Amino acid sequence: MTVSQETLDEIALSRDEYEAIIDRLGREPEPLELGLFGALWSEHCGYKHTKALLRTLPASSERLLVAPGAENAGVIDLGDGLSVCFKIESHNHPSAVEPFEGAATGVGGIIRDIFAMGARPIALLNSLRFGQPDDARTRYLMNGVIGGISSYGNCIGIPDVGGEIFFSDSYKGNPLVNAMCVGLIEDGKMASASAKEPGDLLLLVGADTGRDGIHGASGLASRSFEEQAEMRSAVQVGNPFLEKVLIEACIESLDLPGVVGLQDCGAAGITSAAIEMAERSNMGLKLLIDKVPRREQGMTPYEVMLSESQERMLLAVTPGEEGPVFDLFEKWDLDATVIGEFELGENVRIFDKGELVTSTPVITLTDAPEYKFTGVKPQWLTDLQDADLSAIPVPAESPSTLLLKMLAAPNIASRFPIYRQYDYHVQTNTVVEPGGDAAVLRLKGSKRGIAVSTDCNGRICYLDPEIGTAIAVAEACRNLSVTGAEPVALTDGLNFGNPETADVQFQLTESIAGMSRAAEAFGIPIVSGNASMYNQSSGKDIYPTPIIGSLGLLEDVEKHATVAFKTEGDAIVLLGTDSTWDGIDGLAASEYLDLIHGKVEGQPALDLDLEIRTQTVCRDAIASDLIASGHDVSDGGLAIAIAESAIIGGIGASITEAPGERWDAAMFGETQSRILVSLSPENLSKLEDITSALNVPMTLIGSVGGDSLSFGDSISTPLVDADDAWKNGFTLATSD
Amino acid sequence: MFPGTWSEKDTYYAVNGVLGQDAEYIWHGDEKLDQYDAIVLPGGFSYGDFLRCGAIARFSPVMEAVRNFANKGGPVIGICNGFQVLCESGLLPGVLMRNDHLEFRCIWTDLKVENPSTMFTSTATAGQILHIPMSHGEGNYQADSATIKQLEDNGQVIFRYADTDGNITPAINPNGSINNIAGIINERGNVMGMMPHPEKASEKLIGGDDGNVIFTSMIENIVTTLA
Repeated sequence: MTVSQETLDEIALSRDEYEAIIDRLGREPEPLELGLFGALWSEHCGYKHTKALLRTLPASSERLLVAPGAENAGVIDLGDGLSVCFKIESHNHPSAVEPFEGAATGVGGIIRDIFAMGARPIALLNSLRFGQPDDARTRYLMNGVIGGISSYGNCIGIPDVGGEIFFSDSYKGNPLVNAMCVGLIEDGKMASASAKEPGDLLLLVGADTGRDGIHGASGLASRSFEEQAEMRSAVQVGNPFLEKVLIEACIESLDLPGVVGLQDCGAAGITSAAIEMAERSNMGLKLLIDKVPRREQGMTPYEVMLSESQERMLLAVTPGEEGPVFDLFEKWDLDATVIGEFELGENVRIFDKGELVTSTPVITLTDAPEYKFTGVKPQWLTDLQDADLSAIPVPAESPSTLLLKMLAAPNIASRFPIYRQYDYHVQTNTVVEPGGDAAVLRLKGSKRGIAVSTDCNGRICYLDPEIGTAIAVAEACRNLSVTGAEPVALTDGLNFGNPETADVQFQLTESIAGMSRAAEAFGIPIVSGNASMYNQSSGKDIYPTPIIGSLGLLEDVEKHATVAFKTEGDAIVLLGTDSTWDGIDGLAASEYLDLIHGKVEGQPALDLDLEIRTQTVCRDAIASDLIASGHDVSDGGLAIAIAESAIIGGIGASITEAPGERWDAAMFGETQSRILVSLSPENLSKLEDITSALNVPMTLIGSVGGDSLSFGDSISTPLVDADDAWKNGFTLATSD
Repeated sequence: MFPGTWSEKDTYYAVNGVLGQDAEYIWHGDEKLDQYDAIVLPGGFSYGDFLRCGAIARFSPVMEAVRNFANKGGPVIGICNGFQVLCESGLLPGVLMRNDHLEFRCIWTDLKVENPSTMFTSTATAGQILHIPMSHGEGNYQADSATIKQLEDNGQVIFRYADTDGNITPAINPNGSINNIAGIINERGNVMGMMPHPEKASEKLIGGDDGNVIFTSMIENIVTTLA
């Protein structure tokens, strides 16, 4: 027992975990070895609290070319010789400490994950959560994060096509910054993050290694933190220009016969990247740590192994074939250095200037402990779910006034002031731009297209982690279906609080169960994922926020729908319900209840079977060219969905029925499984044929036209006012 | 293309994939351009745009060749970062400063064709509005008043940011450019720079194909010259 508590704290290992290391090694670990364990057994790399749960997620599909877990992400077949991989990654804690570089390197990291598979990155999305925007610190974090994403993403020539931003005090001081990247693989040219034969060389390419980001995985990402300004040095600094060049060089290098493996250097740097490669290859590895090019003098082997310097990749290269590889990287003005070789055996052996520093079994390092737990529902949650929503008073303001207030709310207002800072046109594939429910991209050389979206409402997950996560899956898929795309795969970005507490263990268990249930019902796999734990602010855990990234396929990309109402006289129809307006139960977990009444309560609900049938109807109707617009009814309820379709289309709408006595619940209730569509009246009977065949309720609720939003005879709001509230709301809410 | 260029594939696709012209990528180290009929400097962040946009690219070997090519009358288009490189290289007058609102801006713009008698606009009509996206943080065109007067008097301002009806207003100016200038041409009429991206408006499916007007004009003029 020679190790100090201070040392263990620095690498975020518990005393029990230290004992487990001694037990497995049969000796005390060397100091360098202990650093390796700290990194690989960190929550970030080792998934200690989530591994057992994640194994229960659905992972099969006829479209699956590479299974999830076999590589950095599963690969989905799209037909026409095209396949895709995609993944979400979090950079929450770095962004809380240093928002600009934290967010920028989060984008850089997920891009490397994707091109490491041999895929050309074709789309970025980002899913952000902050505290309420009236707080100066929150604005600093938000502007830094958006600036970082914009600066990195725009430099690199990958369109940023979507995502979400959501404000709640739950995330104050602990913002969530999750980035998703989608990559396209042509002609099955996939790369594996492994070596082929013993003797294969390990090459490090790209940036030199510095002292930045040491303990990023173990320190920042894997323990509770509050006000850790002193951890700034654990945040890396990004260079998008270098990354852009690295993408081109690495993808080109895969055409060389000698290049057999490609792996990105992310969290825990060379340690994680090289040792995971050895594990995946079932081989030992000899690492020559003194060969690693450094940008600082006097770095110890420990620092080199644990540095998280950005824009570095590892290649496995057949010995004797490295010449052309060096030539290629030289053409791109990039360094490439042999830093080791794969070998027979089971140990990773690290040499410094010819001297063996440490020798450790690979499997001992990579097989992090697994913590299993079962969740117990806390009483406070039952109390919140049982709240009597009918006791919520009807607001004194008029429905029109409240509609404008809701349209201007930070969680609802147009996100254009953000995404106009991102390049969403580059690569010239963007068919449906950000601002709708999902972005649609064409695939050049094919009739097909894809739709992509992210979704998760943390408030709903807080009030019921199981149903809330199922709703996140349902909504992420609904966002695709309203464009006409069939959901084919999901990725998840788990963002939770401290997994050592009973409440968070309950949330985790339930959330994964809900994700499994919903993904199985849709019949689609979860192809990749990321887990970020210990997200806390002022001692409180954040809302459980399992962000779902979804990807859908359009057989004919020309046949897609957008949110905008198009033509005067078109009928407005609500799919998935037999009534126009929502009832009182729809207020559960709603934006309205939180924004206007300051309450987060109620029991969220989802009829998964109805949800899936409703989405199918919508897709079939789009494929049959029946409908002119499609929009998911979600945050803010039906009144907001109608207003958005009208504002974006630049044309008003009249809803026949008045919202009635509980007009607040009617207009702003968020009952799931509803899709708002508009269509030419002559297509109504054909739409009825489709809905009745699938036993999906539909309601004709009104018509497109005029220059106001009228709900029944007595409520009418000029479209120009709604337009102003929605378009300027975000800027007003986020500036002084 | 320079290291950090990212619009080269989009430009190649627009010229080759959509308009069916032979096109090749030219590496920043290349020094021979005689075999080409026209050169396009695409957008991106050449050499990371450290220091200043286009400030490093102007010293690359290929820019010497581009200068010779232009001096012989060869048609050269600079788009976005390419425009910045042409200004830095002295092939076009003026500079592109940071957008006046200090933010990167990716939006669709409406460009009014101010001079339809250039080799890059000859298939357009005077006053025609071209719907073409822009995507930049540093597109605020500025020059000294004598230069601006010369550009205006000679019809060298060929595109201006306008509203859909063709009105040139400060409100529609997306970056603070003087006189809403979006694109200019050199005195000889063979070197053109513009901030918006015509290659990103090459097909209706992706929002419009007005950008083809520029490439088609150039191609027609080259074919006429060669015939």
